[in-house]
Amino acid sequence: MQRSQTSKTPKQPLQVHKHQTDLSAWQKGGRIDPEKSVQNHQSPNDQKNGSKPDSLEQALSFFEKLQDSVSLKKDHALQKHLTTVESIALQRGLPPEGFAILLNVALSGKFADTLNTHLLKSLVPASVIPENSVVSSVSWLCVGKCSGNVQLLFLKWLITMFDFIDHKEQIYALYGFFFSFLQDEKMCPYVCHLLYLLTRKENVKPFRIRRLLDLQAKMGMQSHLQALLSLYKIFCPELVTITLPGKVKTYFKNSEGPWKAAINAVRQRNKQNSPVPRLLFLGTVQLRSRKRKWNTQLIIPANSTNKNDLEEDREKNHVDLYRMNESFPVEQLQTFPQLLQNIHRLEFPSQMGSVLTNPLLLHYMNCIKDESVFLRLYYWMSQVLQEECTWCVADNYQHEEEFKDFLETVYKTECFLQEGFSSCEEFLYRSLPLWDGFSCRSQFLRLVSWIPLNSFSEMKSHLYDPLAQLFFTSSLYFKCSVLESLKELLCNWLNWHVIHLNSESGFQVHSLNTTLSGLVNTVAELVHFVGWISTVALRLENNTTFLLYFILDFYETVCDMYLGYNLPLLIMPPAGIFYPALLSMDSVSLNQLCYIMYRYRTNLVAAKENELSKQKILQFKFSRQTYQEYNQYVIAMVGCLWTSSVFQKDVHPRGLRMDDELLKKTAVQEFKTSFNIVYHPALMGYAVHFLQQAWPDDTTFNFSLIKGKKWNWYLEYLYAQGLKGLKVFIESSINRVSQASHSKAGSVKA
Amino acid sequence: MESAEWGSRVLPSLGRLSRGPPFGRMQGQLGLSLSSHGLSPAPRSLANADPRRTAFLLHKQWTLYSVTPLYRFSSARLRAYARMLSAFIAAEKQKGLAVEVGVELDIKVAVSSLPDLRGTDQDQAAILVQLSLRSPISKKNSEDKLVWSGCFCSVFGDDLSEKIPPDFTCLPLFLTNGAESYTSIVGSWFQKNFDCSFRRLAISPLNLGWMAAMWTGCKMDILTSAIELVFSVPRLPQPLDISYAIHPEDAKALWDTIQKTPGEITQEEVDVFMDCLYAHFHRHFKIHLSATKLVKVSTAIASAHCDGIIKFLQSQYLTGVLMLLTELAICHIQ
Repeated sequence: MQRSQTSKTPKQPLQVHKHQTDLSAWQKGGRIDPEKSVQNHQSPNDQKNGSKPDSLEQALSFFEKLQDSVSLKKDHALQKHLTTVESIALQRGLPPEGFAILLNVALSGKFADTLNTHLLKSLVPASVIPENSVVSSVSWLCVGKCSGNVQLLFLKWLITMFDFIDHKEQIYALYGFFFSFLQDEKMCPYVCHLLYLLTRKENVKPFRIRRLLDLQAKMGMQSHLQALLSLYKIFCPELVTITLPGKVKTYFKNSEGPWKAAINAVRQRNKQNSPVPRLLFLGTVQLRSRKRKWNTQLIIPANSTNKNDLEEDREKNHVDLYRMNESFPVEQLQTFPQLLQNIHRLEFPSQMGSVLTNPLLLHYMNCIKDESVFLRLYYWMSQVLQEECTWCVADNYQHEEEFKDFLETVYKTECFLQEGFSSCEEFLYRSLPLWDGFSCRSQFLRLVSWIPLNSFSEMKSHLYDPLAQLFFTSSLYFKCSVLESLKELLCNWLNWHVIHLNSESGFQVHSLNTTLSGLVNTVAELVHFVGWISTVALRLENNTTFLLYFILDFYETVCDMYLGYNLPLLIMPPAGIFYPALLSMDSVSLNQLCYIMYRYRTNLVAAKENELSKQKILQFKFSRQTYQEYNQYVIAMVGCLWTSSVFQKDVHPRGLRMDDELLKKTAVQEFKTSFNIVYHPALMGYAVHFLQQAWPDDTTFNFSLIKGKKWNWYLEYLYAQGLKGLKVFIESSINRVSQASHSKAGSVKA
Repeated sequence: MESAEWGSRVLPSLGRLSRGPPFGRMQGQLGLSLSSHGLSPAPRSLANADPRRTAFLLHKQWTLYSVTPLYRFSSARLRAYARMLSAFIAAEKQKGLAVEVGVELDIKVAVSSLPDLRGTDQDQAAILVQLSLRSPISKKNSEDKLVWSGCFCSVFGDDLSEKIPPDFTCLPLFLTNGAESYTSIVGSWFQKNFDCSFRRLAISPLNLGWMAAMWTGCKMDILTSAIELVFSVPRLPQPLDISYAIHPEDAKALWDTIQKTPGEITQEEVDVFMDCLYAHFHRHFKIHLSATKLVKVSTAIASAHCDGIIKFLQSQYLTGVLMLLTELAICHIQ
């Protein structure tokens, strides 16, 4: 169980030898490079754990510059750097960039064999070996400058490290070069072994078979030749007709050479330093941690389905290494044009979970309407979400960062697909009652915004009730975050509605068996819920502007649902939101409210016109109540901003109307005019500035000077200050018969 | 009549979501589908099943997992799967190191189908995976040593399988016996090839209570072994387990007074049963067991641990216990 590295670092992809496994190692050498992330993860470790990280760098740059023939015994600098390389290599392995440099030195033939041997023996990888370093070494080998011993040692090294090489495509291309080394009698067994690892079906050629048979005739029955021949026979039984002994105990001698112990030591060491296994010490966690190693891979690389292996035809008496059918391996899918060219022969990867990190496959998924695709993803994701949830499963809290990343990935995928996952929705409902509102907060709340619009009855008990509990008991910031994600949720639903409206004709039944009335009800339920929690939150938080901003932001979407999203629904904000916003001390909120009321007006007017113009009876129309509510609000606003009649005319039960007797008791002189665009507390600051600019000498702040022509100037001044909402509201809702004359509220007639 | 206790189980609300994907099943249907089978120790659908073929399950500890449906699994290719799995195991064991080529693989893999292990014809035949060590000297007559076995099965799991497209194979319950390292290798292989997910199937105290009550009510020819309930006391620096053993006849007498309708068990009855046992214990030891956590139930039928470990003891009740476990596994994956 001590094998895999960490759950965070992707496992080393299985690059096993073809006889051992599914004969598909070649598939995995594509451009996708999961090993890179291994490197990335490990380099900080190296830095941390390395005693002298700089000294290795120095040593490597020393070897890089090493030009002339030097003697190991005499050159102290060389000795020092060699010791550094050796000790670091044996302790924690060498970084990928070191291999090209050291192999270059060891195989160039310029230096003494002692040095070359020392270097080759210390070539132990910390993570991976870059393919090009191996390729350049092979070219050195072909030049034939290095001694036979070094050549042999290099081949042994290559065989041992075969699995550590990050890609192998170019090495496969060197097959012919390796094959030519067979003539060297000493190298022959090792070259055979290497060829055994490299051989693919396309490499099996009649001339190679003849060559092998010649060699066998010359050297006698050698197990290494037999091994290669039997592999050739597996690939092309029709070409290799000789009979070979059935079972051979060992084809190749153990060629692990001096590296095995070092590799194990390095691996052991890297594992100890990696973040996860420390959990193993925590006794009770052990069971879970062990589980994590195989069971939950949050990020899965995309691998092709092993179709040939899985559905291999038993009738064939040879293993078909080649993909005979036409499907395009997902590992090779790198670019969008590739996707377009191969879309007809693309197959989803063997594990659907891998699509999450693969935008091209997500595009493909968008095109494919196959239930099993979503079902596979559904099962995988719901298992991962349940198993990894840091607040639902005890002892999971150590993995919070990992889980956060995962939720983030899921969220991004949902944004990409513009669609919520039902597994994710279930996860939200299931885990919300247990959630502390703190862990993975932003990720969790963002996922809320992608709850699919397909259920009506259960939103209240599954989402609204538990969310409200958290909402009321949490900080201001949390409240704002919740409002923000509920706004996103509303927008997503509305967008979904618009898209489906366009794709299907008219007000028909939606694909998810949601009727328009069902949709209207669900949206109304959400808007009412937000209205309710906002009202309560404003009282709890003393009408904070910050909170008010998020609330009004939500209503900016609500007020435009009819025109913006073609949804026959308009809901006015409750009085508990409207009046605090109207009487806000902050011009931002007031301006926002003005804009919202203007949009409500535009929507209601459009609805009215639509209703009047169309002969047929519309399935949905706004109730009188909505118009009445709007009119009440607009009267209050006009009274408050324009006609200074707020205390008389507001007839809303929670409105601002007060008896004159009561107002007199406040001892405010001219209470009747104390609310308009000049005196409103949110705007008074502007009025002061305006006075200062218009009458720089007057220090009495005589607000009553703003009237008549000046009133208009003041209005222009306000608009110029960026109060666009106020502008559109006043221009639309106030009928200015003539300048400075009385204006009246332009309410919409119900 | 003796079989009645296995009858319908009116499930307590597990707080499960009844909605979800179109194939999600409703809580109500669950109870219904179970009662309609009228389970007996040897259900009629398995009347001709050979108990010897499932006997390997008895008297061993099995670790429980739930498995999501296997995608594109074909029971016609079991031999090929065995070959691939064996290569995979060899590769996993050697991972990262060049191996000696041509050495015989030391682990032998057998994948076989167990048609005897299922509830109805709708259930897929169970799949048995066995790993055995080849004997070091390749003597023909020396037996390979079984080191690990795993069994995918579904007993009356048709609620799940009915709603799933034919590309999927529903065998939601996975039992393993042997080293966890092999479980992990075999599990990974299945995950990679059939896009399924495994999760440890823990058994909640609530379900353990159910098992205690159900198994107490089973009539046995010889009632020898005591019913043992193990409770663990939470929040102590040292773990403290309380073992509560009850004579099976006493427990059965108690249960018989509680159970109202033979063949049906309700959550209320289970609660009453457990409360009676708690009250009795409190009278003697002044310890409220209700404040502790039920972690293990052992009866003559089977023993179950909350970590998801089970031991089957009676072959006649094997199907019944597996049915219950299948049901828990299905709940777990939906």
